[in-house]
Amino acid sequence: MMDSRTRRRYAINNFMLGLTGLCTLFTVSILFLILGYLVYNGGKSLDWDFFTKLPLSPGENGGGMANAIVGSMKMIFVATAIGVPVGFLGGVYLSEFGGRTFPYLIRYMADLLNGVPSIVIGIFAWTVVVVPMRHFSAWAGGFALALMLIPITVRSTEQFLRAVPNSLREGALALGASKWETVASVVVPASLSGVLTGIILGVARIAGETAPLLFTALNNQFWSNGLNEPTASLPVMIFTHAIAPYDDWHRQAWAAGLVLITMVLLSNIAARFILARGTTRR
Amino acid sequence: MASTVIANSTPSPAKAFARRLVGGDQLAFAITLTFASSILLVTVLLVWQLYSKSAAARQQFGFGFFTSSVWDPSHEIFGALPFIYGTLLTSALALLIAVPLGVGAAIFLSEMAPRRLSNIATFLVELLAAVPSVIYGLLAIFTLIPLLRTYGEPFLRATLGFLPFFNGPIYGVGYLAAGIILAIMTFPFIISLSREALMDVPNDQREAALALGATKWEATWQAVVPFARLGIIGSIFLGLARALGETMAVTMVIGNTPTISASLFAPGTTIAASIANEFAEASGDIYLASLIYLALVLFLLTMVINGLARILILATTKKGSALA
Amino acid sequence: MATPGVASASPVHTTPKLKTSGMYFYYGAFQALHDISLEVETQRITALIGPSGCGKSTFLRTLNRISDTVKNARWEGQILLDNQDIRELDVTNLRRRVGMVFQRPNPFPKSIFDNIAYGPRVNGVKGNLSEIVEKSLRRAALWDEVKDKLQKSAYALSGGQQQRLCIARALAVDPEVLLLDEPCSALDPIATAKIEDLLISIKDQCTIVIVTHNMQQAARVADTTGFFLLGKLIEFAKTDIIFKNPEKKQTEDYITGRFG
Repeated sequence: MMDSRTRRRYAINNFMLGLTGLCTLFTVSILFLILGYLVYNGGKSLDWDFFTKLPLSPGENGGGMANAIVGSMKMIFVATAIGVPVGFLGGVYLSEFGGRTFPYLIRYMADLLNGVPSIVIGIFAWTVVVVPMRHFSAWAGGFALALMLIPITVRSTEQFLRAVPNSLREGALALGASKWETVASVVVPASLSGVLTGIILGVARIAGETAPLLFTALNNQFWSNGLNEPTASLPVMIFTHAIAPYDDWHRQAWAAGLVLITMVLLSNIAARFILARGTTRR
Repeated sequence: MASTVIANSTPSPAKAFARRLVGGDQLAFAITLTFASSILLVTVLLVWQLYSKSAAARQQFGFGFFTSSVWDPSHEIFGALPFIYGTLLTSALALLIAVPLGVGAAIFLSEMAPRRLSNIATFLVELLAAVPSVIYGLLAIFTLIPLLRTYGEPFLRATLGFLPFFNGPIYGVGYLAAGIILAIMTFPFIISLSREALMDVPNDQREAALALGATKWEATWQAVVPFARLGIIGSIFLGLARALGETMAVTMVIGNTPTISASLFAPGTTIAASIANEFAEASGDIYLASLIYLALVLFLLTMVINGLARILILATTKKGSALA
Repeated sequence: MATPGVASASPVHTTPKLKTSGMYFYYGAFQALHDISLEVETQRITALIGPSGCGKSTFLRTLNRISDTVKNARWEGQILLDNQDIRELDVTNLRRRVGMVFQRPNPFPKSIFDNIAYGPRVNGVKGNLSEIVEKSLRRAALWDEVKDKLQKSAYALSGGQQQRLCIARALAVDPEVLLLDEPCSALDPIATAKIEDLLISIKDQCTIVIVTHNMQQAARVADTTGFFLLGKLIEFAKTDIIFKNPEKKQTEDYITGRFG
């Protein structure tokens, strides 16, 4: 036998349950909407030409974004070659070798760098690479992306190295291993799946970045030779094509968007899978 | 007797020398320290570059930069008020939309939903965070803008048109579109971090409230959420920092007009969007310096907000947040 | 097969394997050990007993200088291994000669084979690794149980097996001394009995120092026993004497269960 006040309280309870559930449904469905639109519009536009041909002049239909795909790969490669060693070894320092104050400072700087808006990173890369070189290049673009990859890699490396129990370090030391041998042959292998996951997620993140490339690698309608020229990239192409007034360019933008999102989401899922397998097998 | 059990167990001299000296440890320390220090150096260099390369504009305009709304490249007069206005307005809009929805979803996922469903939904929401900004912009141009132009904004004007916000010509692109897309991009951060903050609340808080006869919602809203409030606020700050610096999606839907308008339907601009639009073609020292001045402002703004977010989030992980 | 508690048939060595004199230990301002002086006989089992927190583990961990890895820890006094000051020895070489088995089994996330082979590999030991691995597993009485699954993860083993794996791993570098820090405290009685038997079987080849809070265990396996209390060494004598006819009243109180 419930009085009206209690009935009201239960009503509110159920109402809020429903309301918060709706909020969740709403946000989750956005992901599916995004995927749905991309698959539908991108799927219509994606063809073999996309991966093999160069973009055509506005007004002409057809062509592709082969140069953008290659350009993105070049810059991701540069970024990884710079960012991963710095991030990984920095993470090793923070977790295994550092003392108190200096690591705190490094961590603070890494967090600071992590929070810098990507457009500001682009400006910084412009001042230190483009200006001295006097031209836009894939080096500059790769450098800007590396700056974004470093804090991500440092944090995740440190986090997963720290998670290795100290008893393993002691076990190795007690067998006569030196400190760096312990780190290299026991601690790092024990945390490898986590560290790799962090790197994969970081690379997936920078692969989709546009703003840092806008005035470092700029863009290029043609192939770029080596790393010293303005270079096309998938995200920048999506940007320029989406805002242009040509329908065929919009079509290309959808195709590129689908390719990019597929790569990003697959990497994310793969990374989580690696992490899950890595931790349960141990 | 012991040494006959294992054949020749003394280490070979070459290996012993090369690998086992304390020097190996010192070398490893030096190498990792060098790489770690490069992070410090690069960050310091970044701040220095922003500061020094904006000197010309800072000297010329000083703090008037923030109050003037004249942005005239041809006459080399630069005032940043429209950009600051746009940045603050779109971020405020984004939070206005994202916070109730995000915190609501976080509450549902933490307190109401069964654990498996909660984990799956959180995974999906976190995938949203991985979607690149330019893809949000791409989708917004072809879905959100037409929707706003045809249905959303006319509806708002018809119902709330007496307010200056919902009054004015409709283009589709504008502050409202930017605010909405920013809200969508902010959801994953607010939801994920608020959910964690809520899940960290010790179970005895919930049980204490329920034992006093509260309904599930009452226990949640009156006991659990306040306990987690620092973490939730921290997540909001983090979302804000993200929204302030967002460039591509915003520049694709905001209209890129350096004006100030009370109407949410009007096109405008933000700091990040204007830099993206103008930097590549900027010429002249003052023009460049002004844009870098803008970048410096944006950097400081996000640094402060991120710093506050960190403090709030750290405070919750260290001890019970209700004590702060 | 040597029998516990009774003077061994093998020749008595005059130099103690390990000798400490006037050893003091500090964690920051806290003094954990006061003036510990004792001698560990070669090829015998020495047990260290005492209530929780009395410093016996701290003492053990100094013998292979693994205590050096703790930030605020420092010790004074002298510790000699075969009459050499352990502070003057290269620490990684010291730890090869003085092995350690920990309270909770801590195998590496590697295969059984790679766990045992780790010590020899990292110390640059020459010789057939497969032979070394087999010999170590036999000494640890684990060979028959794992010989067909050497490539499986060490974590697939039971707790007792993992601890014997850790003992085999420590034995693989052929240490002169084996330190064991309450090795059976996380194990059931059957696993405990297996480990006690294996310790007795290897003491001919290796000097053993074992910390235990289980008095019966000390009585079962040790030739010599030391009783620690509040960071001091109260009494150190043949196990028979400690348990049947202790000199100090505190020892007697502990043995008879009056405290601790």
